[in-house]
Amino acid sequence: MNIFIQYGLAIYLLPLAAFLIQIFWGRRLPRKGDWVSIGAVLLTLVLSTAMLASLLLDLNPDFHQEASFTWLDLGRFQIRVGFLMDTVTVIMLFVVALISSASHIFSIKYMEGDPAYSRYYAYLSLFTFSMNGIVLSNNLLLLYVSWELVGLSSYLLIGFWYEKPSAALAGMKAFLTNRVGDIGFFIGILLMFTATGSFLYRDMFAGVAAGTIAGTTLTLAGIGLFMGAVGKSSQVPLHIWLPDAMEGPTPVSALMHAATMVAAGVFMMVRFFPILTPDALLVVAYIGGITALFASLIAITQTDIKKVLAYSTVSQLGYMILAVGTGAYVAAFFHLVTHAVFKSNLFYGSGSVIHAMHHGLERTHRHDLDPQDMRNMGGLKAKLPLTYWSMVASTLAIAGIPFFSGFLSKDQILAGTLAFAEHHPVHFLLPVFGFGAALITAFYMTRLIFLTFHQEPRHPEVFAQIQRAPFEMALPLTILGTGSLYVFYTLPSVNPFGGEGWFQRLVEARDSLAGGPAADWMAEQMHHAHLPTMILSIAVALAGLVLGWLMYGSRRISAEALARRFPRLHDLSYHKFYVDELYAKLLYDPLLKLADFVGWLDWDWYDKKIIDGFGRWTTRIARWVGTADYDGLDQGLVDGVGRTLRAVGGGMQRLQTGRIQNYILLATAGVIIILLSQVF
Amino acid sequence: MQTHILSWLIWLPVAGIVAMMFVPRERKDIIKVIAAVATGLQTWVAVILLLNYDSSLGTFQFLEKMDWIPAFHIHYSLGVDGLSLPMVLLTPLLSFLAVFVSWNIDRATKGYFALFLLLDTGMIGVFLALDFFLFYVFWEVMLLPMYFLIGMWGGPQREYAAIKFFLYTLVGSVLMLVAMLALYFTCGQTFDFITLSQTAPEQLQGVTWWGLSAIRVIWVLLFIGFAIKVPIFPLHTWLPLAHVEAPTAISVILAGILLKMGLYGMLRINYGFLPEAVWWFAGTLAVLGLINVIWGALCALAQKDLKKLVAYSSINHMGYALLGMAAVVAAGAMQGENVQAAQAGLAGAVFQMFNHGTISAMLFILVGVVYDRAHHREIEGFGGLAKPMPIYAGVTMVAFFAGLGLPGMSGFVSEFLSFVGAFPVFKVIVILSTLGILLNAAYFLRAYLKIFFGPLNEKYATIPEINGRELFTVVPLAVITIGLGVFPHLFLNLVKNTIDVVITQVVQLGNLF
Repeated sequence: MNIFIQYGLAIYLLPLAAFLIQIFWGRRLPRKGDWVSIGAVLLTLVLSTAMLASLLLDLNPDFHQEASFTWLDLGRFQIRVGFLMDTVTVIMLFVVALISSASHIFSIKYMEGDPAYSRYYAYLSLFTFSMNGIVLSNNLLLLYVSWELVGLSSYLLIGFWYEKPSAALAGMKAFLTNRVGDIGFFIGILLMFTATGSFLYRDMFAGVAAGTIAGTTLTLAGIGLFMGAVGKSSQVPLHIWLPDAMEGPTPVSALMHAATMVAAGVFMMVRFFPILTPDALLVVAYIGGITALFASLIAITQTDIKKVLAYSTVSQLGYMILAVGTGAYVAAFFHLVTHAVFKSNLFYGSGSVIHAMHHGLERTHRHDLDPQDMRNMGGLKAKLPLTYWSMVASTLAIAGIPFFSGFLSKDQILAGTLAFAEHHPVHFLLPVFGFGAALITAFYMTRLIFLTFHQEPRHPEVFAQIQRAPFEMALPLTILGTGSLYVFYTLPSVNPFGGEGWFQRLVEARDSLAGGPAADWMAEQMHHAHLPTMILSIAVALAGLVLGWLMYGSRRISAEALARRFPRLHDLSYHKFYVDELYAKLLYDPLLKLADFVGWLDWDWYDKKIIDGFGRWTTRIARWVGTADYDGLDQGLVDGVGRTLRAVGGGMQRLQTGRIQNYILLATAGVIIILLSQVF
Repeated sequence: MQTHILSWLIWLPVAGIVAMMFVPRERKDIIKVIAAVATGLQTWVAVILLLNYDSSLGTFQFLEKMDWIPAFHIHYSLGVDGLSLPMVLLTPLLSFLAVFVSWNIDRATKGYFALFLLLDTGMIGVFLALDFFLFYVFWEVMLLPMYFLIGMWGGPQREYAAIKFFLYTLVGSVLMLVAMLALYFTCGQTFDFITLSQTAPEQLQGVTWWGLSAIRVIWVLLFIGFAIKVPIFPLHTWLPLAHVEAPTAISVILAGILLKMGLYGMLRINYGFLPEAVWWFAGTLAVLGLINVIWGALCALAQKDLKKLVAYSSINHMGYALLGMAAVVAAGAMQGENVQAAQAGLAGAVFQMFNHGTISAMLFILVGVVYDRAHHREIEGFGGLAKPMPIYAGVTMVAFFAGLGLPGMSGFVSEFLSFVGAFPVFKVIVILSTLGILLNAAYFLRAYLKIFFGPLNEKYATIPEINGRELFTVVPLAVITIGLGVFPHLFLNLVKNTIDVVITQVVQLGNLF
């Protein structure tokens, strides 16, 4: 077993060990055992950094190591599972370890004093373990298993404060919504396995290349697998769980619901890009594009700081999915990486704000105020300077401003959509979705910054009590805020516009095996579209920033007046286009009603009326037969049979042990009759 | 070498009953200890059996054979293979744990445990018998104690429930009896399982009764008889009622072991003796599996009583096993000889039988724990129990997630294999059945949310935590569930060779078109 696989195994098992130690003995350990989980995740960070460093020395995009073993062997039916180590795996492992470490450290202060502190860290470790499983897997089975375990840890962490009904409900909603997607995922797996006879990606790719699975079946399999991503990466129409997931502790939101878990769907699509047919890709592109625009429209009017970020995440994930669909799948992965850093930083920043607000509210005994509502904030720049600057850096990144990381990856995605639309003018909407969302993103992020950090404090007494972030929170904010700068993604090049660097050298696009675009062709098209895209995207981002500044900075345009002027539009956005209400009306309620009906049908109608009806009916016949033939037949036999038959119905009301003997008598009589029938 | 290990398994509980007879009825402690020792020894013997079982063979092992009623060629004949071994291991284990679940039975304790041990003998006898008549006798032996255990120690509607259980099963028994005699007379007057599996497929070939194929007539008779036990829709309505009314330990046995007899009977007898009809019936079986999955899940979703929810979940879970069983036809020429799929499906079905045994046992024990404390089982009547009972909440979470087929738990592997196996042949049915994995999660998580999460219901602020005895009854099952979820080969290696025997039987002797 070579060294990368060994590292992978260690990365896989360390958090699992931490989980087991924490869940069983955590409460009895010093510091409630947080150092176990933190130690484990830091070790994975060290190991993945080492691997990434070794890749950076080589810059070999074809790096590939794989190891499998037979997990199940039924003779002909075999399941092999294992790890796949390539550049994508290693980069993703590093991202997960980095964000996860940040989350573990940030939580020390954020979760301080929680009665279930060790359980919290246990769940974090469980998540890290499951997420690494998704990244490391070289087969659909381990992928699916880890996929569901990520769902479990998400369920546990969203509902961590289970006494709060909304949190408990949000956890359940997340799990169930994900399961809807997983049904499609599962069917995709079944189609793939049935065609290729293996769960290994390698065999799956070979099968597609050889045409073992092709045409509509392959399209359906691809869409099935994509449904899993729709659930996990919170795409329309399964996006409803992610905003509710903000009920969980904020470091959890930063880790899972911004950077890693929700990126798993994108990660999977990046892995599977070569086997997606053009038809499947088109579905992917439209779902992603619609999600990007739709979610950003909702983010405009939200007042809860985490909700804004949540919808922003949904929108950005839509971007990545859109990129996969248009063939720019390396750009999707690039955006996944940059987004993981700046978006988790935005969440840590919001966590720092909420933490400060929470303590401020406690000291002033203002329990009526919501610490997450931006309408209660304002002017925090003076109190939380580090948080402010860190968040500004990430805001500029997400808005797509040059010199920041998001600009690089967003630019490539938009170039991909533009190139795609150039060749398929019918699909002109795809770049419209992309650029539209870019404009709105810049706008609502500016709004967030101004509402939170600028303007005058809305509750001066609370404002006076706000204290700056402790070291455990400042550290991740510093590191990740700095990580929003472009240069970390372009080294050794320092050109902020070139889109060249270690990432592009390590991750190379591969040709589609299913009739999708070839890598070289795609690269050329994107190169052509590069310049117009850049000009357009900078213009769009600046327009968003300026509009935000006009409305919330200089307040030359009144947001309130606009809302009053277009109440319908404002309500639609504020109420998230009423999707939850719609689902409740069209899906949940009918399902529960159907269940109630089936339950009634089963128990009250079928059993009571039909089954018991047999009993009553038999009793009636028995009485009739008994009366009519009483004198005609042998008394004992009639008595016996009659009583037995009556027992059939009569027993429904009463129990009498004597009837069992009648049953045996009847059975014996049956045997005799059959024996006789054979003789004659 | 002739061993009598299987006889030990069968007669140890009876020895316990005999020992109990010498104990005065008020010495309840001694009676309980005797029951625990008898089932404990039986479990130990089962472990010895496991250690000596040669899993490289798919055929019967530890054979015992004696004349019993020579005039009718009836033998006392026992043996174990990969189909029965899992249940032969599970029966003593669950009986042993169920004794501890029953520790608080104070009314007519002696009668209860005597009947309980008799039930144990009947159950394990069914799995070990290699003679149809003996099988039938054990089948009936198990029925009577079950009837009394529900009818005398059950809940408020126990008598209604017991008689309903009894009548349903009676119908099944009578049909099975007719089928047994029909086989006896048409296939050379023998009850021997091994002989029948060789002769019946050929002897019955082309035989018609009243214009109907004899094979199909016998198949249907047997199928209905076994389907009632499984239970398969629409013959299932005794189950929720019996579960709700039965005492906890009896629900454990009922769900853990009794339901499996139906599937075991089908695999052993229907598949073994009437392989030709498997081809004719597999489609129906898959459809019935689908109905069980969806119907059971929808009913479970509608329940307000936690125990009834778990009862309906059994119907739901048995549906997956039926799908897996139907998958055997994938190995046929008509389906492109996909032996892979047949292996996966049958392995999934047999594994699901075992897993449902451990998982549903856990679920029923846990329902009993909260019922003992709160004296009700209304899902809506709790709230926030995770606070006063964190360990109970944790264990229940393990059981619920096992029930909803979470990967890493054994139930996932068996459901997965069943789906993978059935998919190549029954695509649409399997796709519709996957809705079950959503509904499963919905009904379990909904119940969990209402019982454990949310603000604490003040009525239960001081509800006592799960105690050591109760934990002792659940933890071994949880360990098995997770252990086999991660290392399923430990189980599947025991059964895979017998599965090949079943596939060969169905394909070679059944494909005599």
